[in-house]
Amino acid sequence: MCDADNTTTKKTIRVATGDRAILPEGAKTIPVYIMGKKYEVPETLTIMKAMEYAGFKFLRGAGCRGGICGACPTVYRMAGDYKLHFGLACQTVVEADMYLAQIPFFPANRAEYNIEEIGGAAEAIHALYPELFRCVACNLCTKACPMDVDVLGYISALKQGNIKKAAELSFDCIQCGLCASRCMGEIPQYHIAQLARRVYGRYIQPRAEHLQKRVGEIESGKYDAMLQELSAMSKEDLEKCYVEREREPDLAPPGTWQPKETRYL
Amino acid sequence: MAYTPELKELIKRVEATRPARVAMARRGENFPALTMAEREQVLSKYHPDYQADAKRTVQVGPNKGDTFQEGVARLLESRSLVRPDKVRLDKVDFDTDVLVIGGGGAGTSAAIMASEAGCRVIVSTKLRHGDSNTIMAEGGIQAATQECDSPYYHFLDTIGGGHFTNQRDLVAALAHDAPLSIAWLESLGMMFNKMPDGRTSVRHCGGSSRKRMQSAGDMTGAEIMRVIRDEVRNRSNLITTLEFHPAVELLLDEAGKCAGAILMNMETREFSVVRAKAVVIATGGFGRLHIKGFATTNHYGATMDGVVMAYRAGVGNKCLHSTQYHPTGVAYPEQNVGLLITEKVRGLGAHVLNIDGEQFCFPLEPRDVESAELIREAMDVGKGIITPTGRVGLWLDSPMIEELHGPGTVKKELPAKFIQFERHGIDISKEPMLVYPTLHYQNGGINVNGNSETVIPGLYAAGEAIGGVHGENRLMGNSLQDIITFGRRAGKNAAAYIQGGVALKGLTLDHVVKFEKELAEAGIEDPAIAPILLPDYATEEVVERRWTEALTDRAALR
Repeated sequence: MCDADNTTTKKTIRVATGDRAILPEGAKTIPVYIMGKKYEVPETLTIMKAMEYAGFKFLRGAGCRGGICGACPTVYRMAGDYKLHFGLACQTVVEADMYLAQIPFFPANRAEYNIEEIGGAAEAIHALYPELFRCVACNLCTKACPMDVDVLGYISALKQGNIKKAAELSFDCIQCGLCASRCMGEIPQYHIAQLARRVYGRYIQPRAEHLQKRVGEIESGKYDAMLQELSAMSKEDLEKCYVEREREPDLAPPGTWQPKETRYL
Repeated sequence: MAYTPELKELIKRVEATRPARVAMARRGENFPALTMAEREQVLSKYHPDYQADAKRTVQVGPNKGDTFQEGVARLLESRSLVRPDKVRLDKVDFDTDVLVIGGGGAGTSAAIMASEAGCRVIVSTKLRHGDSNTIMAEGGIQAATQECDSPYYHFLDTIGGGHFTNQRDLVAALAHDAPLSIAWLESLGMMFNKMPDGRTSVRHCGGSSRKRMQSAGDMTGAEIMRVIRDEVRNRSNLITTLEFHPAVELLLDEAGKCAGAILMNMETREFSVVRAKAVVIATGGFGRLHIKGFATTNHYGATMDGVVMAYRAGVGNKCLHSTQYHPTGVAYPEQNVGLLITEKVRGLGAHVLNIDGEQFCFPLEPRDVESAELIREAMDVGKGIITPTGRVGLWLDSPMIEELHGPGTVKKELPAKFIQFERHGIDISKEPMLVYPTLHYQNGGINVNGNSETVIPGLYAAGEAIGGVHGENRLMGNSLQDIITFGRRAGKNAAAYIQGGVALKGLTLDHVVKFEKELAEAGIEDPAIAPILLPDYATEEVVERRWTEALTDRAALR
């Protein structure tokens, strides 16, 4: 539940609270067709908030509400126009005479694998997802992507065995599934991209050696006494240590700067 | 969407005052900052965390006598969704080792670690697996991985940033485990930003003494979530994920150990009893309570469910009075509402202005003071700008930056913000932004120790749902680290607890009966029913037309 409208003692100013929209005096509404049914909603609202304004309460089809979780893929068309458009309900503003429906879930095959055993060769990915080769390069996947990911580009890269390119091209994928919903080859693109990125991160990107060293130090107990010392310190002493700590210069290249005080490194 | 003609008309007032304001800025003159006494006054009157009238003391439960925001207090003093005296617990629907409540970063990490130790795990999540605040975190994750850094300095930066109000064993755990978390994520195949030799790229954040922010593009949280969710899906032999299936009440056994929970399938309205030898609460924050009506950066399900359930079972909380607001959240366009606009915009010289294009505050007061001044101008003075959807905002005059530092500065210094607004037809180098304070992070939460244990045997908690890691102020990049550190600790320790031998006795809801008796004795009438699970954004007009029980036979409608 949200708090009641935010009001003050002096004047009562009625404003929208939380994500609940209101129609201020004199503001316009526009007609939209939610799954074919007409509702009047304020202009400038997102599809998601327009549906809530109309009285829908989401269970499926809403997540982060900030364009990054992929819960609210939506397909729409303008009256009188054949062209289908794709977008996220939380990131797309309603327009007059928009016909829309959400696709909160689309079935897509996902293969299980063991990241420890899969290795860095493209053949393993091909073996798990042979349907990759059903791609006919129609590019409907890319056209449907609300994140402007070059879906066909990464699928093609994977067919050629270029995991690095596929990982980088697919990095902005939010796994909403619109690509899979449009695919003639019935390919679960976003699951394959996830696999490619993990294989890349695990087997192809160089490992962080300084990190391995630090892990070793931590596991050997090197910092246990220091952390105990800090935990037991008086607030005054802590404040003193805090104020006296040196700050790494902003422009120092990583791994080059050393502080004067080295006892606690 | 681009500014409407009405808003464009109002922007002319900003443009009219701009030459004089730019000249003033060039002379090095500022709108006067508040004195300490004035700060106190504006905070106590207008800041939601300080306003006495917006807060009250809770009368029941482990934090009886403590003061909270009204919206939080109401949920702490709430009653259960189930009628504890009528529910039958002898029929168990799911039997498992570990029940993880919450499918964000902390819960997912806990599930992986518990399964790693051989435990059977159920992950109960209200929305889809991964729908969480984790996925929304952009900036990065702190860990002392560099040679010039160490957990010692991570500890100091964190506790100093929290004004020394943090719980120290939690800070020590965070600083200690942080590099281990990064190594774990790397081994799972997370794509960190790296140098050609594999060294993780690191940056400073506000309040850090060493560069410690590692990242994955500007979607670090999303990359973490994608990777660990994918890992859970590879472990279907041990981990079962129940989506749209939140927990609505914890179950204890007759000896007082935590022993499972009641879940509700939100799609079919079926309830089920889960018996588990250990339970991990990882339900995240409370942004969607919209304390005092504020917009939020949080995901749709951030409604404090875990804190509420733990409270009824006898686990208190700390620092829950402390909320992180950011003074300049977006108020327009709707797609960006609530999202943050970095302090850097004001740092580069942009003024904050009212509807008449006038300055009313020094633009670089501390965050809480700045927020309070914006609220005062909009709600009390009444000089806010009302958007076409009824939101209130104030102008942040970003085009000034171009005049002060030369053309192209906005795009160069604020590339992400520039693109974000450009996408919606607003060029922030030419048009000002509409901003208003927004609710970002729940600083406090459930009491745990450094092992993620609560006072109830078998009950663990992790992530934004716990309190004390950050004290009353959190550093950037420590929330993602909190999630991984304590998620992993909770999962590992729950498994170790189970492997030490756990014999559950009969399941009970006696703690709920007792709590509700306390509510009645305290004279709390008409308590809220919680967890509330999801906010409702229907307009008042729609709510009115949803005829109430008095007018309709609800039973027939279900």
